[in-house]
Amino acid sequence: MGALIILSLILLGVVLVQIGKVNELSASIRGEEEAQESANRNHAIIGMGFMISFLVFVIASFIYYKDSMLGYGPLEAASIHGVEVDNIFNVTMVITGIVFFLTHIALFWYAYKYRGRAGHKAKFIPHDNRLEIIWMVIPSIAMAFLVIYGLAVWNMAMADIPENEVAGKDFIEIEANGQQFGWNLRYPGADNHLGATYYKLISSDNPFGQVWDDPKNHDDFQPSEIVLPVNKKVRVRITSRDVLHNFYLPHFRVKMDAVPGMPTYFVFTPTKTTEEFKEGLKGYPEWEKPTDPTDPSSNSRREDFNFELACAELCGNGHFSMKKLVKIVTEEEYQAWLTTQTSYYAANITGEVPEKVDTPAPVDAAPEVIKDEAEETTVIDAKVEEAVDDKKTVEEVIEKAVEEVVEPVEDGTTPK
Amino acid sequence: MASIDITTQEELHGHGHDDHHDDDHHGDKFASGFFSRYVFSMDHKTIAKQFLITGIIWAIIGAAMSIVFRLQLGFPEESMAWLRPILGKWIIVDAEGFGTLDPDFYYALVTMHGTILVFFVLTAGLSGTFSNLLIPLQIGARDMASPMLNMFSYWFFFLAGAIMFASLFLNTGPFSGGWTAYPPLSAVPAAMDGSKAGMTLWTVSLVFFVVSVLLGGMNYITTVINMRTKGMTMLRMPLPIWAFLVTAILGLLSFPVLAAAFFLLIFDRSLGTSFFISEIFINNAPLENVGGSPILYQHLFWFLGHPEVYIIILPAFGIVSEVLSVHSRKPIFGYKAMVLSILAIAFLAFIVWAHHMFMTGMNPFIANIFVLFTLIIAVPSAVKVFNWIATLYGGAIRFNAASLFGIGFVSLFISGGLTGIFLGNSAIDIQLHDTYFVVAHFHIVMGIAAFFGMFAGIYHWFPRMYGRFMNETLGRIHFWGTMICAYAIFWPMHYIGMAGVPRRYYTFEQFEAFNQFSSMNEFITVAAIISFALQILFVINFFYSIFYGKKQKVMNPYGANTLEWTVPVNAGHGNWPGPIPHVYRWAYDYGKDGREFIPQTEPLKEGEYDMGDHH
Ligand code: HEM
Ligand SMILES: [Cu+2]
Ligand SMILES: [Cu+2]
Repeated sequence: MGALIILSLILLGVVLVQIGKVNELSASIRGEEEAQESANRNHAIIGMGFMISFLVFVIASFIYYKDSMLGYGPLEAASIHGVEVDNIFNVTMVITGIVFFLTHIALFWYAYKYRGRAGHKAKFIPHDNRLEIIWMVIPSIAMAFLVIYGLAVWNMAMADIPENEVAGKDFIEIEANGQQFGWNLRYPGADNHLGATYYKLISSDNPFGQVWDDPKNHDDFQPSEIVLPVNKKVRVRITSRDVLHNFYLPHFRVKMDAVPGMPTYFVFTPTKTTEEFKEGLKGYPEWEKPTDPTDPSSNSRREDFNFELACAELCGNGHFSMKKLVKIVTEEEYQAWLTTQTSYYAANITGEVPEKVDTPAPVDAAPEVIKDEAEETTVIDAKVEEAVDDKKTVEEVIEKAVEEVVEPVEDGTTPK
Repeated sequence: MASIDITTQEELHGHGHDDHHDDDHHGDKFASGFFSRYVFSMDHKTIAKQFLITGIIWAIIGAAMSIVFRLQLGFPEESMAWLRPILGKWIIVDAEGFGTLDPDFYYALVTMHGTILVFFVLTAGLSGTFSNLLIPLQIGARDMASPMLNMFSYWFFFLAGAIMFASLFLNTGPFSGGWTAYPPLSAVPAAMDGSKAGMTLWTVSLVFFVVSVLLGGMNYITTVINMRTKGMTMLRMPLPIWAFLVTAILGLLSFPVLAAAFFLLIFDRSLGTSFFISEIFINNAPLENVGGSPILYQHLFWFLGHPEVYIIILPAFGIVSEVLSVHSRKPIFGYKAMVLSILAIAFLAFIVWAHHMFMTGMNPFIANIFVLFTLIIAVPSAVKVFNWIATLYGGAIRFNAASLFGIGFVSLFISGGLTGIFLGNSAIDIQLHDTYFVVAHFHIVMGIAAFFGMFAGIYHWFPRMYGRFMNETLGRIHFWGTMICAYAIFWPMHYIGMAGVPRRYYTFEQFEAFNQFSSMNEFITVAAIISFALQILFVINFFYSIFYGKKQKVMNPYGANTLEWTVPVNAGHGNWPGPIPHVYRWAYDYGKDGREFIPQTEPLKEGEYDMGDHH
């Protein structure tokens, strides 16, 4: 089979080369000038044909695929800022689409109209300042609009949690930690605060390298999938243990690199539960197809739909496989789910699973914790300064500080 | 700008250009033996051919690699066992005889493909070829300022290529962390097989490549500034020369930064420093390195990386401007605007690099500035596009392979430039970053467009290089086939990207959201294979025509104005047998005063106004 294809390709090549030679020969017999003129006509016409079919292909394929794209059909964003991203995408699409069509029509139309013909002379038009200014100003205005609009959306989408908001009440903070090749997930537990971590403490028993002396770690739990309540702000603290990864939730327009040694974050608010999103897929034929194409009786793609977490930064030979499921549920379902989760510390370190906490911790406790933490950090800072004076290595300092203060080296909680 | 002009004037009056002492160059005492003539040649025309042919060989290798990984993406269900004789252990054959591509090798192929095409083909092969060929010929010089450094520039490129090629045969495979080589993946050998010896050779190869670019660039700049013939003021220079000059300046300013980044990376890899790595736990053990920042590497890389994309595209701008003007029989529209837009783009190219880093954890506030500058680039880019279209307007266009590729270039640059406006807006980039949309964008605007510029240049100046023409019929088939295939391959990738599918995925089957395009992926792969076959047709045409092409009978076959067509067909080292011609007007007097063309060497008539004069 392969040999046959190769053989026919070679044959085709030989035929084309022969055609080329013959054509060249006939051109020299007919006379260069005449041959060139007929080539001008032919290729000008092919050019128009190309332009028309290309533009038709563009429109047709766009319509054909619109339901699987950003900002259209059933795959509209499922988060607050995501809707804005989709909107500006669509606005840009309209503006650039107009330019695309006009310039392509002009390009091929002029090529056709001004093809070289006998008795037709080119005009001498070296420049035209007025025209040039016009076509500099118009794009400038369009760009100014897009920059202003775009930055408004960007700064809204990337804003961190405001200082006065309270973890647990106004938002939930979770952590996603990338490693070759998978995601570790961590929820803050009843105290609504993630405990501190230190990378040297990572082990198979301690995937995040949690500092067990930090009480905030004791109630943190590590579920196997992301579960979040709808319409609640989430701050994802994004970390990595080894190389760069990228925390990517395509349906929510969330994407942020996970950088070892430098926690990043993304704040977003899901606006549709998984069930609501599935509802929106109804009536789209491609979503009614069976999940397993070979088995028509299997569930439809819609029924099996799930939000997914992927990795979007090359991280090694398993980069394409870093998947976790994401479930957006109602507040009640979320509370119910929380009760089924067990603290990692209790289950894996002390081995004693405590009584399940049925109600989440009172929210007003939170500010106190933050205050404590600030105090402790100051203590560390002081120690570090002290030690630096003693000309110790940073390494020693940090270790010592950890021992003495019984406190995280790395601040694992909400921003100040 | 002003200072450059002053030098020009000074030079013209001061040294003059009687060129007596240059005359004895001719007769080619430099190129006596076979080696000094064809291998270690110092003739810029020969060095140009060396760059071109080496570039073509690399292009074939790089494209063949893309076919292999496209087969994996388009036909994951087909066995690849038949490739085992060539690829050996990189094809994993299971008990039933079903062969799959090793994911490690998939990433190695993607990485090599990117590195080879960006650096070896579209930087060295494009700018190296045409800067060398055209700078002396179009400005009226007998050779480069330093023919010796010029020769070294080629041989450093050759050395870089040889090292990269050797890395393909390493037991752990060539580097596989993407052409951008982000640490820690590239810095920590334990992170990936390709990050072991493959990465070492990759960096060493590219350091030599940087040397090559710098040697070449210094030469191009010096030559353009100092060696123009009498009357060739800066504003009478043909646009390719402007493009090559600015390209060389960009290279000179940005490549050293890349080299610096690579040196720091080498230190991190072998000397235990921590410039780019911090707090890493890998292979069940923590590394001692703390305090480094992977983001720092990205800043350094993209400080080259963004200018690099313009290093690739500016020569194509220049070539296309020239080709479109000559074959429309019309002056390039808005010459000064074209020069200014090249300068503006080059300037802006240095202050937009972080638009590649919106989603890397860089402070989101900084993104504001980079969005602004990035979208400003669209303005000079738009001016160029409108001016090319206006050049066609009112012309008497001669359709041949060269001008067709020129027109195709404009189409591609429009399509790819417009998608840049999406990506440059950080808000939209949240979703599109590192998806197939980016792949579509940069292949169209940089990859294919630059290739089209290169093809236009090769078809146009082939007689200048070999004294023969390439076969036009095959050239036109090559054009239309490639044009259709280019869009067939890359247009659909926009849709895949708009659905959110990430790039650099070995398979999409793991994700429900990404796994809905298998028929489109098949289509793309088939188009890629056809396109590859068409390029082979071009290569056959190229080598066949060197020996058997139609002979160039007249010195100036296109009726062009520029100086390279005043050189006899088989000119030796030194270019002009007699004295170097003087220049009296700009390069674009086509259709003026009822004459089809007026060469630059023709003096102005009484009271005639020259477009290239400063007024
Ligand atoms: C209107 C002008 C342009 C704009 C606004 C623009 C914008 C961008 C942006 C924002 C990205 C980063 C996308 C991402 O990774 O998320 C990008 C990627 C890229 N662009 Fe452009 N671009 C423009 C023109 C060009 C040109 C002229 C070239 C080359 C000649 C080019 C080559 C590339 C390449 C190679 C990449 C991908 C690099 C990588 O991540 O591997 N772009 N462009
Ligand atoms: Cu990854
Ligand atoms: Cu860029």
